[in-house]
Amino acid sequence: MNLQSIPLDWYLLLAAALFTIGVVGVVTRRNAIIIFMAIEMMLNSVNLVFVSLAQFMGDIAGQVFVLFVMAIAAGEAAIGLAIVLALFRNKRTVYVDEVNVLKW
Amino acid sequence: MSLQVALFLLFGIGAIATAIGTITRRNPVAAAVNLIAHFFMLAGLYLTLEAQFLAVLQILVYAGAIMVLVVFVIMLLNLGDEERLREQFTVRKVLGVVIAAILLLQLGVLFNARPTGAQTLLPRAAALGTAESVGQALFTQYLFPFEAISLLLLTALVGAVILAKRKVE
Repeated sequence: MNLQSIPLDWYLLLAAALFTIGVVGVVTRRNAIIIFMAIEMMLNSVNLVFVSLAQFMGDIAGQVFVLFVMAIAAGEAAIGLAIVLALFRNKRTVYVDEVNVLKW
Repeated sequence: MSLQVALFLLFGIGAIATAIGTITRRNPVAAAVNLIAHFFMLAGLYLTLEAQFLAVLQILVYAGAIMVLVVFVIMLLNLGDEERLREQFTVRKVLGVVIAAILLLQLGVLFNARPTGAQTLLPRAAALGTAESVGQALFTQYLFPFEAISLLLLTALVGAVILAKRKVE
C-alpha cells in the first residue's frame, strides 16, 4: 500500500495544533500531573514533525532523533513524577498554585 | 476520498480530540486515559507516514511504560477531581489561550516559510521506517549520542530513586 496523497503541510499543521494544545494545558491547569502530561504531549508533537520531515525528505536522522526524544521523555517522566511524589509528601498537595514558598 | 486521506483524518482528528480531552478533564485518571488514546492516535499517524518501527515504539514506550508510571503515581497519591478554579484563574486561563493562539499563528507562518520540499511521501519511505534502517543509522553514525543517552537514563534512574525515597534515619 503506497500512501502518497497527503501533503507534508497537513502533518506540520497538525503537529503545531497539538503543540499549542499542550501549551494551553501547561499554562491553564493547576494539577502538576496534568501539566506533566501536557509536556509529554508537546514532546510528542515535536516527534511528529521529526518523523514527517524524515519521511518526506528521505533522511533517517529524523527518526533516530525521535528515539532520543523518547529516551529523554522517559527520563523526564521518572524525574518529574519523583518530584511530584516528593512534593506531595512534603506539602500534601499537587496543585502548583499552592506551592508558593519561593514566590516573592 | 482515498483510504490514506481517510486514515489521516481519522487519526488526526482523534489526536486533537484526545489532546483536548487530556487538558480539560478534571479527574487525573480520565486525563491519563485520554493521553493513552492520544499516543495510539500518534502511532497511527506514524503508520500513515510509513514509519512502522517508531509506531511500535510509540505504543511500547509511551502507552506501555510512561503512562503506566503516570497512572501508578496518580493511584499512589489518591487524587480526586480538581476543585473548581477560583475567579482570578479565569483571567489567567483566557490569557493563556490567547498567548497559545498567537503561538499557533507563529508556528503556522514558520511552517509556511520553510523551503518547499517534496510534497508527496518518498517511494522509499517504507524502507526508511524499518527497524533495520533506523538501527543501521543509530549504531553507526549516532553511536556516541546513543551511548550518552544510556548515561542520561542512568542519571535519571539514580535521581528518581533519591527524590522519591523516604528519609532513612
